[in-house]
Amino acid sequence: MEEKGTLRVKTGLAEMLKGGVIMDVTTPEQAIIAEEAGAVAVMALERVPADIRADGGVARMADPAVIEAIKEAVSIPVMAKARIGHFVEAQILEALGVDYVDESEVLTPADEKHHIDKWKFTVPFVCGAINLGEALRRIGEGAAMIRTKGEAGTGNVVEAVRHMRTISGEMHKLTVAPEDELMSAAKEMGAPYDLVCWVARNGRLPVVNFSAGGIATPADAAMMMQLGADGVFVGSGIFKSEDPASRARAIVRATTHFNDPKVLAEVSRGIGSAMVGQEIAEIGHENLIQFRGW
Amino acid sequence: MKKPTIGVLALQGAVREHIQMLETCGARGVALKYPAELNLCQGIIIPGGESTTIGKLMVACGFLDEVRDASRAGIPVYGTCAGLIMMAQRIAEGDQPLLGLMDITARRNAFGRQVDSFETDLVIEDIAEKPRTFRAVFIRAPWIDEVGNGVRILGEFGGKVVMARQDGMLVSAFHPELTGDERIHRYFLKMVEEAR
Repeated sequence: MEEKGTLRVKTGLAEMLKGGVIMDVTTPEQAIIAEEAGAVAVMALERVPADIRADGGVARMADPAVIEAIKEAVSIPVMAKARIGHFVEAQILEALGVDYVDESEVLTPADEKHHIDKWKFTVPFVCGAINLGEALRRIGEGAAMIRTKGEAGTGNVVEAVRHMRTISGEMHKLTVAPEDELMSAAKEMGAPYDLVCWVARNGRLPVVNFSAGGIATPADAAMMMQLGADGVFVGSGIFKSEDPASRARAIVRATTHFNDPKVLAEVSRGIGSAMVGQEIAEIGHENLIQFRGW
Repeated sequence: MKKPTIGVLALQGAVREHIQMLETCGARGVALKYPAELNLCQGIIIPGGESTTIGKLMVACGFLDEVRDASRAGIPVYGTCAGLIMMAQRIAEGDQPLLGLMDITARRNAFGRQVDSFETDLVIEDIAEKPRTFRAVFIRAPWIDEVGNGVRILGEFGGKVVMARQDGMLVSAFHPELTGDERIHRYFLKMVEEAR
């Protein structure tokens, strides 16, 4: 008797990705570069977030042909993005046999009120969050992995830092809160009470938490790890840089040896220039994608 | 006797779970980031993770030869999932850095992609007889295609070898560190005790 799609199997894959780098790729050639650099998984996309941001328009799930070609090209796990609330895109990605679905704010949301009911799927989901309440709501809906959102496509790590510090701070507060205040805390952050209690007892999220959105350098990746991330997603930061293969390798090393400044100095050297970054203030509040989803 | 120190290779993967399991069993678990730290260890665990990533990082960080030498000097080594692949002398498809210690042929992702990942109850020789079988979690798991003469098969699923031992080397295609069941870790610690 074998049981598939159990929570343990879903969260288990995320546990295996810990300490690793998940890279956005748009072609099989890029996927091979990512795998050779030591990525633990790739995110198959039609356009990286920086291009989605620049092009405008509605951003949707990638063409299945692109996803198939990337699956063929590499042996590491392949993830793909579905629009927030677009459960049919998620069904299609599951049918394609992707290893993880990212219900992602980088694409244009399909439902402004409801996220996907992720318990219904065999394939596991990763979801973005900017604070603890959002993370626990997604876990309540069945997400098996969380990533802090940051601000995708900017090459600016400041929002990733804000979100990681926010979640860590909120978790720490819960660990020292008296037990009889937890219901009120759950009400205030709009999170399931049992998950709030779990975090209060354990001091961490019940699933793996990666950092995403704006990581462009080995130092960025190492900082997010020192701030408590279990691993990192790098979107535009690799293939929008001057020398993607070298930068990808360097970010992988930096994520492993995030606590060793000597290694970080060594790997940061001679990897070409990073992607051009963007000031968050210049983007304008209404254009920030981190506020998509709730 | 003094608590044994077991190093869990901490380049990438499910390190924390193994360390917790070792501590529960009364051993000291340490995360290995540098080859020099191997000198502290009476046993080594290569955890689950992405085997291509772990292999590349082992080369980049100088672990490959050092772990080989430690194993040949009699230090017991246990590999789970990606660790099983790293331990194998041969791999059925593809090409990646291996420790190449154990006389087995491993097949990566043999049970399929994540949607095929599963858990099941296993009988394991010497460790989990009926009715107290072992809840085994397989995640994009490998299996063992062939074993050499010196290798003892400890567990099978669907006619495929999923756990084996050769002297001081132990491998499983599944993840005992993800369940609360300590029996396999205790078995490995007994191997460590016998080797001291």
